[in-house]
Amino acid sequence: MASQVHQVHEETAALREQFDTAAQQRDASTLGMWVFLITEIMFFGGMFLLYTVYNHLYSDVFALASHSLNEVIGGVNTAVLLCSSFTMVLAIRSAQLGRRKSVMMFLVMTMLLGMAFLVIKGFEWAQKFQEHHVPGPSFHLAGTAMQGHAQLFFSLYFAMTGLHALHMVVGCGIVAFLLFQTWRGKFTAEYFTPLDIGGLYWHFVDIIWIFLFPLFYLIDRSKG
Amino acid sequence: MQQERIDSVRTYTVVWLALLVLTATTTYVASINLGPYNTVVAMLIAVAKMLLVALFFMHVRHSTRLTRLVVSGGLFWLAILICLTLADVMTRGWIGVPGK
Repeated sequence: MASQVHQVHEETAALREQFDTAAQQRDASTLGMWVFLITEIMFFGGMFLLYTVYNHLYSDVFALASHSLNEVIGGVNTAVLLCSSFTMVLAIRSAQLGRRKSVMMFLVMTMLLGMAFLVIKGFEWAQKFQEHHVPGPSFHLAGTAMQGHAQLFFSLYFAMTGLHALHMVVGCGIVAFLLFQTWRGKFTAEYFTPLDIGGLYWHFVDIIWIFLFPLFYLIDRSKG
Repeated sequence: MQQERIDSVRTYTVVWLALLVLTATTTYVASINLGPYNTVVAMLIAVAKMLLVALFFMHVRHSTRLTRLVVSGGLFWLAILICLTLADVMTRGWIGVPGK
């Protein structure tokens, strides 16, 4: 049986030496990024689990603490992030069609929406500081004797939204880098893997917020 | 690319609008007292939003079977982590422990 003869191809960014076809190379990049994203899912997953367990154990205090968060601001921020995912996917689509200028326009919009999210989040946090809802010596949540359990809620709130915000900052950095690369003409309709991968990261961070929003702001709102 | 599928702007717009509508719905439903079903509804809407983002925006529906298997496998592992832990925490009060 004759072994398959591979045709020697000229190496390009879209088709590196070790791959047979450009499609195979693209699929390998996508798979690699997903493996990374799964490590991130498990990373955030541990904290989601911790929150669920404590929410179960101290449900009354957690409901009270959840009430102190503004669900309208949370909802608006969710919408801002969903809009940024929309502009991101349009940037990828423009890349598929080889429209460099519209890729740049959509990337700028994505970055601005991401920054808008962070600014809104910043104001929310600042308000928590003024209300003495930040865990520490001056912490006080009115309406409960269980100050320790209330601090646990806000510790988880700041840790999880903080870690999410950190991912957003990194995401904005990645989008800025992609914008620079696009401006330099690094990407074509045949090769735009970094854009594709960056998009996956951006949408992933969006999904984390999709779960943070109902867990912290919504599920206990009708109680107490 | 021949194999690459390019979705229409219309598809993306419909998904985006659906996501915004779901966000408004979940925020509104939270103010109505449904008892334990508040959590169920909020989580179902969140999962629906996750699926929309993953399938359409992250192109999982156009991905290879291997990628889809890896994604589902990751979520399955997360489900094990959450379900087994909650199976412990939530059932501790069900049966009395002698001497406690």
